[in-house]
Amino acid sequence: MPDNETTPAKRLPVKRPRAGMPTQDAKARGRNFNEVALGYGEELAVGEAERCLGCKKPVCQEGCPVEVRIPEFLGKVRDRDFRGAYETVKSTNSLPAVCGRVCPQETQCEIKCVLGKKAEPVAIGRLERFVSDWAMGQGQDKPAPIKPNGKKVAIVGSGPAGLTCAGDLAKKGYKVTIFEALHAPGGVLIYGIPEFRLPKQIVAEEVGNLEALGVEVICDVVVGRTITVDELFQQGYDALFLGTGAGLPMFMNIPGETLNGVYSANEFLTRTNLMKAYLFPEWDTPIKVGESVAVIGAGNVAMDSVRCALRLGAKEAAIVYRRSEAEMPARHEELEHAKEEGIVFHTLTAPVRVRGNADGWVTGLECIKMELGEPDDSGRRRPIPIKGSEFTLNVDTVVMALGTSPNPLVSQTTPGLDVDKHGCLVVRDEDGLTTRDLVWAAGDAVTGAATVILAMGGGKKAATAIDKVLQEAK
Amino acid sequence: MFIIRKKRDLTPVTKLFVVDAPLVAKKAQPGQFVIVRIAPSGERIPLTIADADAKAGTVTIVIQEVGKTSRQMGLLKEGDGILDFVGPLGRPAPLTDKGPVVLVGGGFGVAPIYPIAKALRAKGVKVISIIGARSQDLLILEAEMASVSDELLVATDDGTKGHKGFVTEVLKQLIDSGRDIELVIAIGPMVMMRAVGKTTEPYKLKTLVSVDPIMVDGTGMCGACRLTVGGKVKFACVDGPIFDAHQVDFDEANRRGKMYATEQKLAVDRFEKAHHSGPCACGCGGGH
Repeated sequence: MPDNETTPAKRLPVKRPRAGMPTQDAKARGRNFNEVALGYGEELAVGEAERCLGCKKPVCQEGCPVEVRIPEFLGKVRDRDFRGAYETVKSTNSLPAVCGRVCPQETQCEIKCVLGKKAEPVAIGRLERFVSDWAMGQGQDKPAPIKPNGKKVAIVGSGPAGLTCAGDLAKKGYKVTIFEALHAPGGVLIYGIPEFRLPKQIVAEEVGNLEALGVEVICDVVVGRTITVDELFQQGYDALFLGTGAGLPMFMNIPGETLNGVYSANEFLTRTNLMKAYLFPEWDTPIKVGESVAVIGAGNVAMDSVRCALRLGAKEAAIVYRRSEAEMPARHEELEHAKEEGIVFHTLTAPVRVRGNADGWVTGLECIKMELGEPDDSGRRRPIPIKGSEFTLNVDTVVMALGTSPNPLVSQTTPGLDVDKHGCLVVRDEDGLTTRDLVWAAGDAVTGAATVILAMGGGKKAATAIDKVLQEAK
Repeated sequence: MFIIRKKRDLTPVTKLFVVDAPLVAKKAQPGQFVIVRIAPSGERIPLTIADADAKAGTVTIVIQEVGKTSRQMGLLKEGDGILDFVGPLGRPAPLTDKGPVVLVGGGFGVAPIYPIAKALRAKGVKVISIIGARSQDLLILEAEMASVSDELLVATDDGTKGHKGFVTEVLKQLIDSGRDIELVIAIGPMVMMRAVGKTTEPYKLKTLVSVDPIMVDGTGMCGACRLTVGGKVKFACVDGPIFDAHQVDFDEANRRGKMYATEQKLAVDRFEKAHHSGPCACGCGGGH
């Protein structure tokens, strides 16, 4: 059916509550790595899409960093034109199956949904996932041939920013090559986000779809070590995009952090997700979990770590956080899932030292209770230690999920590429032009640790800017 | 895939591979390492570069069969491929212009000492090398070391070759003989590097060692390789792997190196069972 006859405004929306997401039983899933959220079936999806008001001015779209035409794709879902809905999403979003799973829609598109003012917003994210999964069920994308424009762009890092930038440029006819340091593409999507939130097969299929567009992915190349930015230009690339992420882990600098059994969240998650330590000894990479695990921090990475710890066999897995639940930076959904699975929360609790035995193994985490004082620079109430409230949590493993900062390997080896005092790449405009001409950057490498969708939005803007500059240079 | 061009058995458990890796070969400096993975389900292990030929596009590595991965790697033949071969990683060894430099290599640590000797020699720096092993048949790269050293001294624990005893005894004799020494660089087992540090410390003789901790990514991302140097926590993969021997907390490094000893034993036992008892999947007939 022709698209112009299916604009959402032509049908009255159906009033019904937002369709819940079918999930794996909380008890069972806490012990396996299978995906927690099972996804909508066709009936749930169509029913949910029917709730869309088809607003003349779709404010939801303004909340989407990759500019998905939301009412248009929802209308197509409602009309059961799933292929059309997928094509609509895919035309602006290179990684819809990823976004449909890990985007914080509640603070992006769904928060803007008019329905949300009186009832619950349309489940835009779940529907995005539905159409992507539906399309994947039909096999790999078969994009129409693209006419090459004769220009080459190198992309450093195959995380969400790099993949998005690559997809947008490839669609415009650029010859795009992605250089990845690890042995598999996806960046944080494969080393960081666990299988139970984002199956690695999904990431592989999204990358496969990009390769079908002509994007080349070369793994095992550490730009800054194996090859430099200047050498890439010498190889004939017309522009570069740096999507190198924020890969350096932070520690607390408390005593005992080098004891055996203390991990950075990066290491804990990389061993688990990228190296599949949960399959040891069938897979070669081991991990130590023990009976009781404390994860320090309360962001999404902390939630991922603590939920992995449970699935790796810990009898007790706990979050240790110095503020209260209200200040936790993790997505609400992740927090709820963690609670359902039986994760323990020690709030208003700050670690002061990791205790160990004579052999150098962790035996406990000494903590102090906190109370909240006046708001600090972040606007959150400042935690203040309560004197004499020290106590020790008996744990075998401690995971530090305190945030990450950008890796300096590229900036250190690229003359003229400036970083700020946090190690983040300095950009000259909102398209992500760095202090080096013809080098753009986006994602965590610029912003410090943030979300997948913001990185993708940055990658998209950079792609538009790269295209503009290279076309003008003709 | 990175193709193995040449393989040489240096001892029954020490194997040298010359691997096609043109980008790595072009950049490799003495002291740097690569991360290697040999199977889709395999682990990532760091291996110090033992030589590199930018023209030929090859990088030489030496493995000692200790864990499961190194044993499995020992079975690879010329023409076989290595799945992942990433580098060069870490900071290069500081190549001083002023000699003489004493290079101490213990066990398969002689392999990464070799390119340092070669580079120093090329700069015209006088190189005195001390290499050691438990026994003569475990001594590796003696001829190669002789070719890039002004003097080569050998020690074996059992006295089958050279000095009977440890490399540290030879080093101490050298220092006590009043020889002019600018710098000592030692690479080998942790106990040997610690002993070298202990030997030179009373003389305030600058000594560097190359640590070999557990790593995952090798680019500063995971922190598995952290160690304490001069009271500060460092990442061996990006801050090292070469550090001041007198500053390294060897006790801690040793402990951290054994973090997965139980798992390693389990993996080795499983591997041995699959490869030594009767016909096995790899077609070896169980003979290797």
